[in-house]
Amino acid sequence: MDDQDIAPLKRTPLFAVHEAHGAKIVPFAGYDMPVQFAAGVLQEHLHTRAEAGLFDVSHMGQLRLRGEGAAKALETLVPGDIQGLAPGRMRYTQFTNEAGGILDDLMVTNAGNHLFLVINAACKEADITHMQENLPQHIGMEILDDAALIALQGPSAAAVLERHIPGVSAMKFMSSATMRVKGTDCIISRCGYTGEDGYEISVEAADAPALAKTLLAELEVMPIGLGARDSLRLEAGLCLYGHDIDETTTPVEADLLWSIGKRRRQDGGFPGDTVIRQQIAEGASRKRVGLRPEGRAPAREGTEITDDTGNRIGTITSGGFGPTVGGPVSMGYVTSEFAITGTSVNLMVRGKALPAQVVDLPFTPQRYFRG
Amino acid sequence: MSDIRFTEDHEWVRIEGDIATIGITEYAQEQLGDIVFVDLPDSGAALAQGDEAAVVESVKAASDVYAPITGEVEDVNETLEGEPGRVNEDAEGEGWFYTMTISDPAELDDLMDEKAYRAFLKKL
Repeated sequence: MDDQDIAPLKRTPLFAVHEAHGAKIVPFAGYDMPVQFAAGVLQEHLHTRAEAGLFDVSHMGQLRLRGEGAAKALETLVPGDIQGLAPGRMRYTQFTNEAGGILDDLMVTNAGNHLFLVINAACKEADITHMQENLPQHIGMEILDDAALIALQGPSAAAVLERHIPGVSAMKFMSSATMRVKGTDCIISRCGYTGEDGYEISVEAADAPALAKTLLAELEVMPIGLGARDSLRLEAGLCLYGHDIDETTTPVEADLLWSIGKRRRQDGGFPGDTVIRQQIAEGASRKRVGLRPEGRAPAREGTEITDDTGNRIGTITSGGFGPTVGGPVSMGYVTSEFAITGTSVNLMVRGKALPAQVVDLPFTPQRYFRG
Repeated sequence: MSDIRFTEDHEWVRIEGDIATIGITEYAQEQLGDIVFVDLPDSGAALAQGDEAAVVESVKAASDVYAPITGEVEDVNETLEGEPGRVNEDAEGEGWFYTMTISDPAELDDLMDEKAYRAFLKKL
């Protein structure tokens, strides 16, 4: 987590709600954010997998792209199939650079007459500049500065939200709809960053605290901080920008090929398409994999990965203790010959070689709602 | 009679004769949160005051634990290998880390007594 001590920290519309729930506040991506609440990271994590957790992700960037051919225009910056998105459907993709590296990862929704984008907090200014400089003049951008984003995640999320917003439990995973909630329009998307079923709700800042309080008053719902958000996404095998993916990693190396549709693979037309299509055809020299260290010692970001003879074969990009797994879990890049499930490697933790195995991701089964 | 001392890094040192038992304080475990792994020193390891002696891993991060005094590691709390959460439950009792010999009793004078440590915590 990045400390940004110099610039004054911003607060999300839910800051007072967090304080009222005993949040421990830390600086993150320019915001004062809750890292944990009274229950602690472990209980927050387990509760989200057992019932439901409420996350404030208002620090993320939300914006709309409007204009004729907005989907086609956005496709010049991302490898995802945006034109193929049916109204009300959403998709994960990345902004790529000319080398095929990842500038940011994002969610794109076809909201009917416009596209709705959610981008990472730490990248939002750069992403906005990137789009302003590279999208045609007639594509209008509306930045939703005054919107909060609340995630409700976990197996009870649908039942809880249905009580307040009838109809949401019938939504399909990776679908989105604008719904009227207590007199205000919300964008409700069935998606998340935990590996569980759940929703993200974009709501006007002024209405966000009341909605958060209403949901937190439900017995199943616990407030969840950034600490558990990180351990949940790690167990779910999901990438964290700036750690597991960045400008030096391509979507192929990051094992995100599933996010590049057939048409885009064939036709290209996005930054770095030459590199990415070549890697698709010939394979990349390294790949992101899951790693299970033996024993209990976590192997964290930056840990060197070596083979039996001590040669360096890669680096861990995210690692820690997986509360649901009940042991240490890591993700990292290894040279492709080692990126095979069951391969034994060593993790150099505090000068000692810790044996580990390459395993399939995710570490915990994804439990998305498929309808 | 045992004598307990504290460091500014939130370790406690309980002195019984010529052996010191070392652990982290209640305040430290509270700050660290859920502890998931403790990397203890080897028995027989020679430690100088200020050396990295152990590592505590919480869900959030890894933190070093320094040797509060100079001496040789005698015994380590093997229970923590399987049950690192003991440190959260009873940091200043069953969650002890290791015992060591006391090479230089004068080093103990640098450490805080309980009253001084409580005063130190209040200033944080």
